[in-house]
Amino acid sequence: MGLIHEIDFGTPASKSEKQITLTVDGFEVTVPEGTSIMRASMEAGIAIPKLCATDMVDAFGSCRLCLVEIEGRNGTPSSCTTPVMPGMVVHTQTGRLKDIRKGVMELYISDHPLDCLTCAANGDCELQDMAGAVGLRDVRYGYEGDNHVRAKNDGVENFKWMAKDESNPYFTYDPSKCIVCSRCVRACEEVQGTFALTIEGRGFGSRVSPGAHELFLDSECVSCGACVQACPTATLTEKSVIEIGQPEHSVVTTCAYCGVGCSFKAEMRGDELVRMVPWKDGKANRGHSCVKGRFAYGYATHKERILNPMIREKITDPWREVSWEEALTHTAKEFRRIQYQYGRGAIGGITSSRCTNEETFLVQKLIRQGFGNNNVDTCARVCHSPTGYGLGQTYGTSAGTQDFDSVEDTDVALIIGANPASAHPVFASRLKKRLRAGAKLIVIDPRRTEMVKSAHIEAEHHLALKPGTNVAVVTAIAHVVVTEGLFDEKFIRERCDWSEFQDYAEFVSDPRHSPEEVEKLSGVPAETIRGAARLYATGGNGAIYYGLGVTEHSQGSTTVIGIANLAMLTGNIGRKGVGVNPLRGQNNVQGACDMGSFPHELPGYRHISGDAVRDIYDSLWGVKLDNEPGLRIPNMLDAAVDGTFKGIYIQGEDILQSDPDTKHVSAGLEAMECVVVQDLFLNETANYAHVFLPGSTFLEKDGTFTNAERRINRVRKVMAPKNGLADWEVTQRLAQAMGLNWNYKHPSEIMDEVAKTTPSFANVSYEFLEKMGSVQWPCNEKAPEGTPIMHIDGFVRGKGKFIRTEYVATDEKTGPRFPLLLTTGRILSQYNVGAQTRRTENVAWHAEDLLEIHPHDAENRGLRDGDWVRLQSRAGETTLRAQITDRVSPGVVYTTFHHPDTQANVITTDFSDWATNCPEYKVTAVQVGASNGPSEWQKGYNEQAQQSRRIAGHLEAAE
Amino acid sequence: MVMQPASTELAQRTAAVISELKSLEGPLIPILHGVQEEFGYVPQETLPIIAEALNLSRAEVHGVFTFYHDFRHHPAGRHVLKVCQAEACQSMGSDAIAAQIKQKFGIGFHETSKDGAVTLEPIYCLGLCACAPAAMLDGEVIGRLDADKIDEIAEEIRS
Repeated sequence: MGLIHEIDFGTPASKSEKQITLTVDGFEVTVPEGTSIMRASMEAGIAIPKLCATDMVDAFGSCRLCLVEIEGRNGTPSSCTTPVMPGMVVHTQTGRLKDIRKGVMELYISDHPLDCLTCAANGDCELQDMAGAVGLRDVRYGYEGDNHVRAKNDGVENFKWMAKDESNPYFTYDPSKCIVCSRCVRACEEVQGTFALTIEGRGFGSRVSPGAHELFLDSECVSCGACVQACPTATLTEKSVIEIGQPEHSVVTTCAYCGVGCSFKAEMRGDELVRMVPWKDGKANRGHSCVKGRFAYGYATHKERILNPMIREKITDPWREVSWEEALTHTAKEFRRIQYQYGRGAIGGITSSRCTNEETFLVQKLIRQGFGNNNVDTCARVCHSPTGYGLGQTYGTSAGTQDFDSVEDTDVALIIGANPASAHPVFASRLKKRLRAGAKLIVIDPRRTEMVKSAHIEAEHHLALKPGTNVAVVTAIAHVVVTEGLFDEKFIRERCDWSEFQDYAEFVSDPRHSPEEVEKLSGVPAETIRGAARLYATGGNGAIYYGLGVTEHSQGSTTVIGIANLAMLTGNIGRKGVGVNPLRGQNNVQGACDMGSFPHELPGYRHISGDAVRDIYDSLWGVKLDNEPGLRIPNMLDAAVDGTFKGIYIQGEDILQSDPDTKHVSAGLEAMECVVVQDLFLNETANYAHVFLPGSTFLEKDGTFTNAERRINRVRKVMAPKNGLADWEVTQRLAQAMGLNWNYKHPSEIMDEVAKTTPSFANVSYEFLEKMGSVQWPCNEKAPEGTPIMHIDGFVRGKGKFIRTEYVATDEKTGPRFPLLLTTGRILSQYNVGAQTRRTENVAWHAEDLLEIHPHDAENRGLRDGDWVRLQSRAGETTLRAQITDRVSPGVVYTTFHHPDTQANVITTDFSDWATNCPEYKVTAVQVGASNGPSEWQKGYNEQAQQSRRIAGHLEAAE
Repeated sequence: MVMQPASTELAQRTAAVISELKSLEGPLIPILHGVQEEFGYVPQETLPIIAEALNLSRAEVHGVFTFYHDFRHHPAGRHVLKVCQAEACQSMGSDAIAAQIKQKFGIGFHETSKDGAVTLEPIYCLGLCACAPAAMLDGEVIGRLDADKIDEIAEEIRS
């Protein structure tokens, strides 16, 4: 195996198509115009010594180590900053260069500690490598005199010395080892786009400074780790490396957090994970990561992780640890008993967007083949089901149209109801980079997010609309595009149905859709809407990125349709730099949807009522599939309360915390006779479970995740499952216990079955993924190597379909009792319901959910920053602390849903999208008032949770 | 003693400086100069305000501020005396001149006299090498420094 060493070319690749040939040390090499001599040389296999250059950031030319001589030119230019020229003859090693380099290294080392043997970077230090490369044997200047190395010089305090900064939970900053190459500063600026680091002072006094000479944790740093990755010495080092030592082998795998789907090298020492390093060949992330993917994997070994199967008679009993055999036989018996007693449809299951495609496929197969019904659903129900519906209706596919690379060609980005800086940080970094290069940005969001304004980026237009008025605003934008004649007639005539366009044009042209009218209900100034519409329609390549702020509404599907219409109106579909891109929340929510997790769809979005499709599975699985769609999650819960639905198999989803109207969810679960939860932890849903099957982490299994750009990425096992079985094995064992003849030996066999039965996956196999790295579906005869951009020559459904988008205000309205609108979201350091990230050091950034409230609304209620407040809606109430900020408009409050103590979903109502039942998380009428502490409900809930987490034989509750 | 401005007043005065200079190309350094002119130094509390206004990070403003020695962390005395310590002046005895001045006012470089009358600073070349050793008092250059000239300077400072 060994450690994967990625070549560092020193400077970024040039995109030029013109090729240039030069000679380096007698070897000819041909590279694109604009390439540096350093990179060209590396292409030829000759490594020029360097310290301040690395290919993730632009050349800087400060270390003076990479100097070369060029025939016919004077002096010794730095190879990182000098571009190649045709016919150039370069020498990288001459007597003169060797002397200069040695001299430079002597200066570096004269102000550097000589503790290599005990240094954390020993074996992974570029300074050490360069000392070796230049043949440094002696330092003529000695080690005395001015230095940054020692706390005291001859007993006198050394003011140039700075103590180690260990404030960041994941890495340390040791200024005594810094060579001020400013790679960290440039990585923070160019790669991450946060600009949290700088060089303070000048000359010998120059130091790397987080913020304004602050601790890392107090600075603007978002802990993405790009600086740690860029650091050539031990100055910025992962604490895990300091603790464990250097890794000896690495495995490329895919992050299990958000829908960006970053590729990482899991660097291991034995079966111990030393660190995660983003992989430069990863096509979604291109060598970058966020704090979650790089650092927040500690949950995998958290003490609260459950490793043994457990069962109990009643949910008031303590858990009893049992063998896998007993747990699975018991489950199978219970499910069969329930079906015998209450009917075949009395059980169902929920697939997980956090598990692999293969595991999801198996769960839905178990339900359809083994349970004999279609009662399968997935958490996409509560996030992107309107995307599936809306894009399916208009374009013919239920997925984003672009790859992430496409953003590099975008001229105008339109972000609607998404905050990528928090939820999809690596994509946000790529977008910010493009914005700094001149692209324009429009943001439609009730909140002033980081994307609206942060260092070096500022949205041209921010449409701070009232929650719930998306459809009106999107339609008003279409009104401007149509009435001002900004639409792309040629595109529409060629690609879309002209008569449907005319109908839509007539609809949106109605004065009631004008910005002036919509201003009255959305609160967005008409001029801002007009400006945004004009910019999107005429600013060049326009790309729409949207998130749950679009879908989680009673009119979520309508907004998705409106967005699809906008892209068609302006011809922004079917090439690089444009498109409609849903930002998927969870790592494999796209995959879970693809794998047939919905009650009405078989894998590949084929409706269950289609006889031809069912035939494929009927013959392969040897059953007769039910041709009626099954129950959706909310229907299952309703049916449970009604007494007709009695058993559920939930793999890797915490519906009690993540689904709306918590009390309704708990009532449904409580009414069931066999709730089976498969998870890493005793999550909130497990409080109502009778069987707990311990899950495995993404580090412990093979499989694939499909990210927001439809990219199928490999997940590779780097350690044995601590619970004994990978999740797919658990499902298989359960299926076997229920009498099904399943014999998958490896997840690749499951993928083969998917490929065999699903046309859009026809060419996908593990062998092919090994060869390609990753592929984007559809991947079949028509697109043998996958499809980075969809709808290139025409829409999948044939002609693009315009559908009217009538605005219907939600039934959730403010009034005297509930005068404020609550909207919810997430924060960078936490992920979803927090089950994973709350069990990592990420709590250093976000230890509790806070209620953001405008100073005006706070003053009216006599609230101060940090006060406990009661948050009440028609559905329920909870308490949390207030944060006073003008990021939200007056009349709007905002919170996150990462912590079960808060349970923001006690507040949310059971209103949902008209087409897909996606809950309306983003709009709830609430009242906010002062409070003394946790509500009665919170206290009661905590007590119940404590009780239900008891494990027989264990002294304390597991959480 | 220079009074520290109250925080709201500080924010208002900083905002006024910013709004006057923001439209310049590369406005950060002019704004830092403007702030120093306004307060006599660059109060640390103004840096985040400047960062916010220019859409820069705190780190970046801090980096620029600390790069230039001319921007002050603390209020200066009523007078600022800068004594050239560059090569030409050194060759004409600026070291001895500096020592005399230090003794005269009882302070070293980068220090302010107890009565707040004067702040002493080294400077590296005033472009007045022909008249070395040279100094600058409150923006006005003085050439051919000697004991008499130092007395004159002291008189002006104490007047």
